[in-house]
Amino acid sequence: MKHYSIAAILALLAASPARASIGETIDGLFAASTGWFVALIFANLPGTSIPWIVGWLVIGAVVFTLYFGFVQFRSFGHALALVRGKYTDPKDAGEVSHFQALATALSGTVGLGNIAGVAVAVSIGGAGATFWMILAGILGMATKFTECTLGVKYRNEYPDGTVSGGPMYYLDKGFRERGLPLGKFMAVLFSIFCVLGALGGGNMFQANQAASQVQSVLGVPAWITGAVLTVVVFIVIIGGIKSIARVTEKVVPIMGLGYVGVGMLILIANYDMVFWAIGEIFRGAFTDSGIVGGIVGAIIQGFRRAAFSNEAGIGSAPIAHSAVRTKEPITEGFVSLLEPLIDTVIVCTMTALVIIITQQLMIDAETGRYILNDAGGVATVGDVAPGVPLTSAAFGSAFGWAPYALSVAVILFAFSTMITWSYYGMKGWTYIVGEGKTKEMIFKLIFCFFVFVGAVSSLGSVLDFSDAALFAMGVVNVIGLYLLMPIVKRELKSYMDRLESGEIKAFK
Amino acid sequence: MTEIYLIAVDGSDASQRALSYTAERAKAAGAKVVLAHVLEWSPYSFLTQEELAERHARRKQEVARAESTVLGPMQSILSEQGLAAESVVRYGHVTETLCDIAKEVDATQIVIGRMGQSGLTARLFGSVAGSLAQVAPVPCTIVP
Repeated sequence: MKHYSIAAILALLAASPARASIGETIDGLFAASTGWFVALIFANLPGTSIPWIVGWLVIGAVVFTLYFGFVQFRSFGHALALVRGKYTDPKDAGEVSHFQALATALSGTVGLGNIAGVAVAVSIGGAGATFWMILAGILGMATKFTECTLGVKYRNEYPDGTVSGGPMYYLDKGFRERGLPLGKFMAVLFSIFCVLGALGGGNMFQANQAASQVQSVLGVPAWITGAVLTVVVFIVIIGGIKSIARVTEKVVPIMGLGYVGVGMLILIANYDMVFWAIGEIFRGAFTDSGIVGGIVGAIIQGFRRAAFSNEAGIGSAPIAHSAVRTKEPITEGFVSLLEPLIDTVIVCTMTALVIIITQQLMIDAETGRYILNDAGGVATVGDVAPGVPLTSAAFGSAFGWAPYALSVAVILFAFSTMITWSYYGMKGWTYIVGEGKTKEMIFKLIFCFFVFVGAVSSLGSVLDFSDAALFAMGVVNVIGLYLLMPIVKRELKSYMDRLESGEIKAFK
Repeated sequence: MTEIYLIAVDGSDASQRALSYTAERAKAAGAKVVLAHVLEWSPYSFLTQEELAERHARRKQEVARAESTVLGPMQSILSEQGLAAESVVRYGHVTETLCDIAKEVDATQIVIGRMGQSGLTARLFGSVAGSLAQVAPVPCTIVP
């Protein structure tokens, strides 16, 4: 069977001394230098075993959902109309459309979080984590709406017509407008975390998972994949070879559709299992299914992965969305709320369902509880590693060719996410140190170096650091969103009034 | 009612032919001339992050270039012959956008030069002149 051969390859490679030494050395260095940061971000709430940060983004999402009166449901139809260009003046053609801003933002978010992250979530939190992940995704739509509206409203437009936007700009300008102190400080703090997040989740995590997938399927050592990825990223961001990035941008959406399509085929082929899988998701969400931490464990894993995957509240999306050309910043907010829906509720759920339906997670036939492995996760068939290998094994159990197709998808997803995040990181970097050729070059070189570091490091410390850096961005960003949300509310009310009175008209 | 001739131009030799053809007839008929230049564009294409940020700047450059290299010279040719011409630069699907412009300016006729593609390319992708002839809302003259 497929997964046994994968396991055999993995075991073989793990035994090779060269890889173990490079990987372990870097991993050790990494854990030693970033451990304090990770510990701070993931510190438990006093007297509980719940990391405070997990609640942070979800509470934010709940607040925004209530404050804007369930905007994700009420304005869903309008968001679709905007993306289809119904409210766009044909004379503005040639400017960035809502669809393009959404597509580019999505290619930064739909990535390995959807393939690897979800596998990690269900292999630690069981099927029930899926439920909490979907819930967090739906709530996160309101957060995205808030941050992307602000992103467009407070972006910088330079005399030459280029735009630059993101939390650093709304933290600075928005705070000043409301007479709040520390706007500049918050903006710089966000930028620092943005650079770290770009190097962590936007770079090392991606390189790591791409390398481990190539290793498990094709048997290519991680350092080779790492070196190749480093060179290609170098060529694109330093060599300025735009054509590679452009090709990826076009292929990635097709890959995304293909991924969901193949997932659908597996669900259709196992149609008799779909209701069982949904039952498993609900059972795991509300009862103790035997995982470490019980229900709370499932909630934590679900929330954590949703936040990591759709990045709602993290503050990365406003950077991408702020390029759109619109007179109404709020319209981009509406459009952006589709992002967590597509990313988490559709793509992530597909991954989870495929893993559950193909029964990769071992369940004790008598008690119906998960069998745990030594590491405290759910034991998997063939003992494959959590992350991409688990998703790969799940798809592979249905279609023999799927792991190969998945390898290509993983590399492309990883690559496009890295390119997008190199841009986000650059925006943070230039906000701190200022713009300039040399300064930009320094960041790009650092970025390339970390591609290699990520590829050869083992998952544990990289994943922790990635999460920690991303969540740190979220801490700063969400504080800003709380303080600036009355501005968004005013925009929302004014826009809705004008839409109702017919002042804002559809062109088509 | 004054006749309004809309000339679809793209800076090629074909559009030069269309221009001189129309100029003669416009003089004879006392018609107004509108020059339309459409840049192919789809709001559903995929752009990279940097392309997004630079898009507005690029668009300004592209419009300026179209005006200075394509429309400007043509307008001066027309004005030498005593004809005043408006010009329009627009983005979009070329054929559809030309039809929209024709309706907006109340054109009574559209004139377009034919590139004369033959063989496989033309069969597969069609030509702007060919598809315009199919969908134009007003009479359409194709200048070979």
